[in-house]
Amino acid sequence: MFAIETVALEKTYSVGFWRKATRRALKPLTLAVPEHEVFGFLGPNGAGKTTTLKLLMGLIFPTAGTAKLLGKSVDDPQVKAQIGYSPEQPYFYDYLTAHELLRYYAQLSEVPAKIQEMRIAAVLERVGLKDIGKLQLRKFSKGMLQRVSIAQAIVHDPRLVFLDEPMSGLDPMGRREVRDLIQALKGEGKTIFFSTHILSDAETLCDRVAVIDKGELKGIGSIAELKSRETGQSEVLWQGSERLAEMDALALQVYRSAEYWRAVVEDVNVYPAIDLVRKNNGRLISVTPTRETLEDYFFDRLSAPEVTR
Amino acid sequence: MIGRIRCIAFNTFREAVRDRVLYNLIVFALLLIGSSLVLGQISIGIEKIVLVNLGLTAISIFGVVIAIFIGIGLVSKEIDKKTLYTVLARPVKRWEFIVGKFAGLIGTLSVNAGLMALGFFAALLFEQHKFEQTDVYLLAALYFILLEFVIVTAVAVLFSSFSTPLFSTIFSFALFAVGTFGDDLRGFAATTHGLTKFALTAAAYLVPNLSTFNVISLVAHDQPVMGRLIALNTLYAVCYSTLVVTGAVLIFERRNLK
Repeated sequence: MFAIETVALEKTYSVGFWRKATRRALKPLTLAVPEHEVFGFLGPNGAGKTTTLKLLMGLIFPTAGTAKLLGKSVDDPQVKAQIGYSPEQPYFYDYLTAHELLRYYAQLSEVPAKIQEMRIAAVLERVGLKDIGKLQLRKFSKGMLQRVSIAQAIVHDPRLVFLDEPMSGLDPMGRREVRDLIQALKGEGKTIFFSTHILSDAETLCDRVAVIDKGELKGIGSIAELKSRETGQSEVLWQGSERLAEMDALALQVYRSAEYWRAVVEDVNVYPAIDLVRKNNGRLISVTPTRETLEDYFFDRLSAPEVTR
Repeated sequence: MIGRIRCIAFNTFREAVRDRVLYNLIVFALLLIGSSLVLGQISIGIEKIVLVNLGLTAISIFGVVIAIFIGIGLVSKEIDKKTLYTVLARPVKRWEFIVGKFAGLIGTLSVNAGLMALGFFAALLFEQHKFEQTDVYLLAALYFILLEFVIVTAVAVLFSSFSTPLFSTIFSFALFAVGTFGDDLRGFAATTHGLTKFALTAAAYLVPNLSTFNVISLVAHDQPVMGRLIALNTLYAVCYSTLVVTGAVLIFERRNLK
């Protein structure tokens, strides 16, 4: 059973005063995410990430296609008790404290009354808000609200967690804490589906990623597979006092960073490049085959035709 | 189901009673009731009439203002702040959310009306030095004001379920204003003919007939409020608000929360 499964899921909005024009927010999307996976949904702003999440949460209705969570319809109450959702740039009830808000959500998710307090205390500690749980939310910063949002998404210990841009509004420290939290949730066997446009976060956290642009799925790939994919190029690093004119002709790129020179060369040109460094009395530091990064994959997929998998 | 509705209702109530704007309105209403004492002093022989008219009208108007301003934001504010997304991502049905919000606001308005009524009765006691037997009719008038709040809240929730806060405010106040003259609208419809009569009669029955809840002048003159009117008004308020809230639910069930 897949944790998330969509088949030709599509959303078109009627727009304009007379509602006669249409805007396709999501082209037919077929996607399957197995349980216990951290799945990154990548795309630039306005790509259709939030639309997909809203369709999966049952907040908007599909024009065509189907979506299932944990093998059941997205509207099934049993499914909803097992999912957590943190929207992008969340705001909550200003006059409630973080503790009261979490109790409200725990009650709505039908967490047994006996364990509610224990769950709330544990979650507040987990997101680093233990000491300010009694403070009203209107006094919270954007980053603190993001933490509250993640806390409410996991207060009922769901099997499947959806996070829409979970790092937005967080400082570097906060981002690291959220990254650690996502990794810990993965360690507990939860399935995590998160949308982001910050590629480094996805590269660190995800097992697999999908790239979406203009409402169209552009590709799905495993991070491990991606990182093992060689590009046919290598990076030669050396120490030397001056720029080598011959290296400029040989390499694809030559630049200086700190006290080292770096040259990116085709694999066939690795030995000529090493010889060149030797000949000019340079000190060779390393030769590393370059591998594809998520960024390479992302930009490659953005210009690719549609795929469905 | 009941537990979730109660939870949403309580949260709505708690959020509303912590909002300072609400207290400003209540304090303003109480000041107005207090000022009726001063006006009563310069109205020789009709002190109670002035106090009751001004006091109950203040409770009614300020209650309606609170009902509309909080009511129109019940759904739209939750969408704007995205709190609705996190609620509906849980095992909460859309109709439960609307009913819970509606119930929570009715609870808030009841407490507010209770506070303003306490101020009103304190002013009455100050004026008369004792309560009279006919003052029991004032309770009927207050009960009718509460029924009026129920209808106005239902209307505000209906508009809030599909319109923007600005348009919801305009529509709700317009319907309240027309409804206040509900009897006159029905009377006017009876004097017309043909298609105009049909359209006006339909409009008269469509808008809430709030004039039937206004017995302030009656009780100000110590006139009794009949049990039959209380029963009919209760039935009307329950049926009208149920229909309107059902309409809000039907619209909201189909709405894409963009």
